[in-house]
Amino acid sequence: MPASNILRLGVKELRSLWRDPMMLFLIVYAFSLSIYVAATGIPETLHKAPLAIVDEDQSQLSARVTSAFYPPYFTPPALVTQSEIDRGMDEGRYTFALDIPPDFQRDLLAGRQPTVQLNVDATRMSQAFIGNGYIQQIVGAEVAEFAQHYRGAAEPPATLAMRVRFNPTLTQSWFGAVMELINNVTMLSIVLTGAALIREREHGTIEHLLVMPVSPLEIMMSKVWAMGLTVLVACGFSLVVLIEGVLRVPIEGSIALFLFGASLHLFATTSIGIFMGTIARSMPQFGLLLMLVLLPLQLLSGGVTPRESMPLFVQIIMQAAPTTHFVRLAQAILYRGAGLEVVWPHFLAIAVIGAVFFTVALGRFRKTIGAMG
Amino acid sequence: MSGAFAEEASRPVARLTGVSLSYGQTLALDGIALEIPAGRMVALIGPDGVGKSSLFSLIAGARVIQSGAIEVLGGDMAERRHREAVCPRIAYMPQGLGKNLYPTLSVFENLDFFGRLFGQDAAERDRRIDDLLRSTGLAPFRDRPAGKLSGGMKQKLGLCCALIHDPDFLLLDEPTTGVDPLSRAQFWDLIDRIRAERPGMSVLIATAYMEEAARFDWLIAMDAGRILAAGPPHDLYERTGQPNLEQAFIALLPEARRRGHKPVTIPPRAHDGQADVAIEAKGLTLKFGDFTAVDHVDFQIERGEIFGFIGSNGCGKTTTMKMLTGLLPASEGEARLFGREVDAKDIQTRQRVGYMSQGFSLYTELTVRQNLELHAQLFRLAPEDIPGRVAEMAERFGLVDIMDALPDALPLGQRQRLSLAVAMIHKPELLILDEPTSGVDPIARDQFWQSMIDLSRRDMVTIFISTHFMNEAERCDRISLMHAGKVLVSDTPAHIIEERGAATLEEAFIGYLKAADGGAASAMPPAADPTHVTPAPDHARGSTAAGGFSVRRMMSYSRREALELRRDPIRATLALLGSVILMFIMGYGISMDVKDLPFAVLDRDATTTSQNYVLNLAGSPYFIERPPIADYEDLDRRMRAGELSVAIEIPPGFARDLRRGRTVSLGVWVDGAMPQRAETVQGYLQALHGQWLGDMAVQELGVRPAAGLINIETRYRYNPDVKSLVAIAPAVIPVLLLLFPAMLTALSVVREKELGSIVNFYVTPITPLEFLLGKQIPYVALAMVNYGLLVLLALWVFRTPITGNVVAMTLGAILYTSCSTAIGLLFSIFMRSQIAAMFATAVGTILPAVQFSGLINPVSSLEGAGAFIGRIFPTTHFVTICRGVFSKRLGFADLQTELLALAVTVPLLLAACTLLLRKQER
Repeated sequence: MPASNILRLGVKELRSLWRDPMMLFLIVYAFSLSIYVAATGIPETLHKAPLAIVDEDQSQLSARVTSAFYPPYFTPPALVTQSEIDRGMDEGRYTFALDIPPDFQRDLLAGRQPTVQLNVDATRMSQAFIGNGYIQQIVGAEVAEFAQHYRGAAEPPATLAMRVRFNPTLTQSWFGAVMELINNVTMLSIVLTGAALIREREHGTIEHLLVMPVSPLEIMMSKVWAMGLTVLVACGFSLVVLIEGVLRVPIEGSIALFLFGASLHLFATTSIGIFMGTIARSMPQFGLLLMLVLLPLQLLSGGVTPRESMPLFVQIIMQAAPTTHFVRLAQAILYRGAGLEVVWPHFLAIAVIGAVFFTVALGRFRKTIGAMG
Repeated sequence: MSGAFAEEASRPVARLTGVSLSYGQTLALDGIALEIPAGRMVALIGPDGVGKSSLFSLIAGARVIQSGAIEVLGGDMAERRHREAVCPRIAYMPQGLGKNLYPTLSVFENLDFFGRLFGQDAAERDRRIDDLLRSTGLAPFRDRPAGKLSGGMKQKLGLCCALIHDPDFLLLDEPTTGVDPLSRAQFWDLIDRIRAERPGMSVLIATAYMEEAARFDWLIAMDAGRILAAGPPHDLYERTGQPNLEQAFIALLPEARRRGHKPVTIPPRAHDGQADVAIEAKGLTLKFGDFTAVDHVDFQIERGEIFGFIGSNGCGKTTTMKMLTGLLPASEGEARLFGREVDAKDIQTRQRVGYMSQGFSLYTELTVRQNLELHAQLFRLAPEDIPGRVAEMAERFGLVDIMDALPDALPLGQRQRLSLAVAMIHKPELLILDEPTSGVDPIARDQFWQSMIDLSRRDMVTIFISTHFMNEAERCDRISLMHAGKVLVSDTPAHIIEERGAATLEEAFIGYLKAADGGAASAMPPAADPTHVTPAPDHARGSTAAGGFSVRRMMSYSRREALELRRDPIRATLALLGSVILMFIMGYGISMDVKDLPFAVLDRDATTTSQNYVLNLAGSPYFIERPPIADYEDLDRRMRAGELSVAIEIPPGFARDLRRGRTVSLGVWVDGAMPQRAETVQGYLQALHGQWLGDMAVQELGVRPAAGLINIETRYRYNPDVKSLVAIAPAVIPVLLLLFPAMLTALSVVREKELGSIVNFYVTPITPLEFLLGKQIPYVALAMVNYGLLVLLALWVFRTPITGNVVAMTLGAILYTSCSTAIGLLFSIFMRSQIAAMFATAVGTILPAVQFSGLINPVSSLEGAGAFIGRIFPTTHFVTICRGVFSKRLGFADLQTELLALAVTVPLLLAACTLLLRKQER
C-alpha cells in the first residue's frame, strides 16, 4: 500500500508544478536556451586569442611571420609600436605581444640565432600556455621553411603521431553543452525539492499530510520521484533534441545508460535538496545556502577544470559529491562510449551518496516539521 | 451616537460609482456604488471573501482600479497625482494580525519606520511615538519585537502605526479578528478616545463580528461583491424587522442564499451513564526555547461530546491540537487518544482521527472528487468501498453539484464543507477541527454546525473544535477558555456564565481574563491624558507632504532592511562566511595548472631506450605513470573509463631504428573529452619529446643536434610564475560579489509581496526610487564588508599582492556591488514568488559570471550570445579592474573605461527596476 501513496502524492506534486507557469518556463529555459548559450558561447581552447606584433624588422621574413597568424586561433594581429604594448596588455586588449627585433632576417640567415620576444598575459591562464605553444610552433615553422630555401634542415629522428580520441577536433561546444546540462540537472533538482519543501512548510500543507496515515518516508519518496522524473524528462529531451540534434554533438555511448546514471544522480540531489530544505529556516536562508552548495558542486566536480590538478584534499572531499561521479560517468558514457562494466563504480558511488543523504534528510524531516509549530 | 451626526451634511469622504474588480475569472466586486459619509465610524460587515478587503485596498489606493470611479478626499483615486497628494492623509491597516508590521523589529522600531516614511524629524517622531505608546498601553513593551506580541497588542501597534501621521481617513480591515475579547474591548475604547480627540477623522472598519458593528454610526452590509444595504443600524433593524444585526444581515441576503436556512438546534446529549474518555491531556506542556506556548493543560473529553477550545490567536489552541495529533512532540505531560499515548508513528490511531487544520490546506489543483478520492485512498479504504463512500460524503455535505469543480472556484463555505467531508471520509471516531468556521458567512456557519451536531448526536463522533466566536462557543457541550498557553476554566458554557455572575459568555471570558492577567488591564491609562497634544493639522501636512526625492523616506527603508538583517544573524553570517568559504574553494579548486595526468605505455620495444623514454615522461611533474598497457583492447577499455589521459605506443624496433637514423613514429592517443586538457597535454608531450631527443643525442651520439634557428624568449607578465592562484583569486572576487548580494536582494521585494508588508509601499508617500535605493543601501554596505574580507583573504592567505591603485578598485567595488544588488532587485520585482526569484537569480547570475566574464576565458574570445552577454555584463568590467589593480599596477587613468561602464550600468539597472515596480497592486 505505501507504494500507492508514494505514487499518488507524486502525481499531486506533478500537478502543482504543471500549474506554475513561471517555474515551467524556467525549467524549459534551463534545458534549452541556457545550454545552447553556454555551449556556443564558450570558445574553442584557443580561439580568437588577441595578438599584437611589433615588427621592427620590416623584412620579408617578418611579414611572413605576421601573416601566419589568422582566425580562428588568433585574431588578425594588431601591428603596434613597442610603446603601445604595455598599455594594450594592461587593458587586456592583447593576451600576446610578439616583438620581432631589427635585423631579424639578416641575423637568421647569418646563423646568429636572433631572439624574438613573446610577452604573455599570464593572468589569462586558459590561453597563456596553449597560445605560447602555438606561437612557438607557428613562428618556428615559418622560420624553418624560410630558412630551408637557403640551407636545408634535417628531419627529427622520432616523431609523435598524435591522435585525439573521442573529440578529434577538440570542439569545445561538445564539452560545454554536456557540462552545462549536468550543472542544470543538479541546480534544478535541488531548487525544486528544497525550495518547494520550504514553501509547503510555510503554507502548512505538509502538516496536513503528516496527520494522515502517510509516513514521512512516503512524502519524501513522492517528492524524490516526482521532481526527479521532471528533471530526468527535461534532461533526456535536452540531450536528444538540443545536444544531439541542434548542436550536433556526436554521442558515443548509450543514452539509456546515461539516463540511468542521471536518475541515480537525481536521487542524490533531490535528497540533498530536501536536506537543505530542513536546514534553512526561511527562503532567504535557503537562497544563500543554495549558492554555497551549488558552486562547489559545479566548479569542483571536474566539469570545469580537470580534477587531477586540484589539491589532493579537494579531490578527496569531492569524492563525497554526487556531481564528481556524475561528471565522470557522463564523460565516460557520452564521449567515450563506455558501458556499465566500465562505469559501475561511479553508479555505485552515487547510489551510496544518495542513500546517505536520503537517510539523513529523512531523519531531519519529521524533527524540523514539528519544530515549525 | 448614531443620530448625532445625522444633520451634518458634509461631503462624503469617499464616493464609489460602478466599481468592479475581477481576479482572472472570479468577480470580486460587482458594480459597487457607495457613499461613505465623512467624520463617522462606518462599518463594512459581511463574511470573508465577499470583497471587503478588495474594496478597502481600492479605496486606500493600494490596488489599481479596473473599472468604475473612486473619489476619496475630494479627488479621483485613478490619478497618480491625487493619490500622491492624499496618501499622507489616509491610513490603511490591512487584514491579518500584524500583516504590515515587521516581526523582527521592536515596537519602537516599527513606529519609527512609519514616522520616517512620512518624513517626520527625530523630535516629532519621539514625541508622537511616546504619545501613542502611552495612550495605547504599549509603553512597557517598547523594545519587544513585534512578532512576539500577543494578537491584541499587534493590532494596537498596527493602529499606532496607522495613526502616526494624523490621518483624516482611517481604514481598518478586520482589526479585531482573532483577538481575545478583553483586548477587543480595549481596542474599541482606544478608537473612541482617538475619535474624541480628532472628531473630524473618518473611520472605515471592516468586521466579521456582527455584535461589534452594532455600535457604529453607519453600516454597510456586503455579500458576494455587492452592497446589500447601507445606513445607520436602526434603519437596518427597521427595514428587516429583526432585533439584532446577525439576523438582520441574514434577512438582507437574497432569497436564494437564505433558502433552507433554519436556526441550529442542539438535541441534548444522550448520557449512557458510562463516561468513555476519547481524549485526555495531563499537564500537557510545550516550550519553544524559553517561550512556553502551552502551559500544563489538563482536560478530558468524553466520547460523542462537542468540546470547544475558546481563545484568541496565539493563545496555544492550535499548538495543543497539534500535540494531540502527534504533529508536535510535547515537552512535558502526556496526551492520550482512546486510552493510548499519542505517538507520531502510530498509524493505527491516525485512522481513527480526522483533522482539519486552520485555513484551507486541501489541494487546490485537484477537483472536489479527486480530493475526496485521494484522501480515501491515503486512509486505505478498500478500493471497492471508495465510490460509495465518496458519494455518501458528497450527499451528506451537499457537494453533489460541485464534484468536478476546483476548490479555488468555490465560496469559502463550500470549501469548509469539503474540508469536513475530507476529514470524515474514513469514518473517524474523533474529529479535531482547528477554527473551521473563521471567515465563513453566518448561513454557511449554521449549516456547518448542524452537520457537526448530527455527527456528534447520531454517530457518536467526538468533536474537538477551536473557535474565537462566542456564539459558537455557546453551542458546545463543554468549553475550555484558554489564554496565554493556560486553560482558565473548563465547564459547560452555562456554568461558566453562572460562575462569574455575568450576562454573556463574552463578559464571563473578560472576567476570567482580567483575573488571570492581574494588573495587566491597568496598563491602560485613564482616558483623559492631560499631556496628549494633538498637533495642528497644518503642521502635520507640512511635514508629511509627498513629492520630490526624500532622503529620510529612503533611509527609513534602509534602516529597516539593515535592522532585519541584523536580527537574522544566520543570513548575514551566511552571506559573509559563505563568500569566504567559496573564495577558498574556488581559489584552490579552480586550477589551470594541468599536472599529474595519468598515462600508460604499450611498450612493444622493451629496450632500455624505450624505458628511458617513459621515465622521461614519468619523471616530469605533468605526468604520472600507470601500469603498462597489455594490448589494444586494454588501451581502449582504460581510455573509455577515463583512467588514462594519454596512451603511448612505442613500436617494436624503436631503439634500433632510432640509432640507425630511421625516422620512427610513436603512437599517441589523447583523451579529447576535455578539450582544454587535451590541448595542454599535446603541448607538454611535444616539449618533453623534443627535450628527450636532445638529451639522447648528447648521450648516444655525443653531439648536441644543431641548435634552433632562432630563440623565442617568453616573458610571462603579471604572473611570472604562471600560478593559477594569482590569475584566479582576483577574478573570483567579482564573481562572489555578484552571486551573494544579488541573492540577498533577490528575495527582498518578492518576500514583502508574499508576506504582505508590501502594502506599506503602496499606501505611503514613498516613491519607487526611494524604496529601491533604500533597500539597496544596506546590502551594498554588507557587500562592501564582504569585499574587504575577500581582498584581505587574497592578500594574506593567497599571497596575491596588490600592485595597483586600491582606491580605484574600491570605487569600482562600490559601483559594482550597486550593480549586483540592482540585478537582484530586478529579479525580485519581476518574479511573483520567492522560489521563482531565487531560481531566476541562480540561473541568471552563475552562468554569465562563471563562463562569460573573463574568469576562465577572455571575453574577447567568446562567441555568439555568450560574447554579447560578456561584453555588457558588469562582472566583466570588474574582473578587468580587479586583475588590473592586483596584478598589473593599474590606476585610475588606466581603468577609466571600466569604471565609466559600471557607473553607467547602475542607473540603467535602477531605471529598469523603477519602470517595472508598480506603486499599486494589480
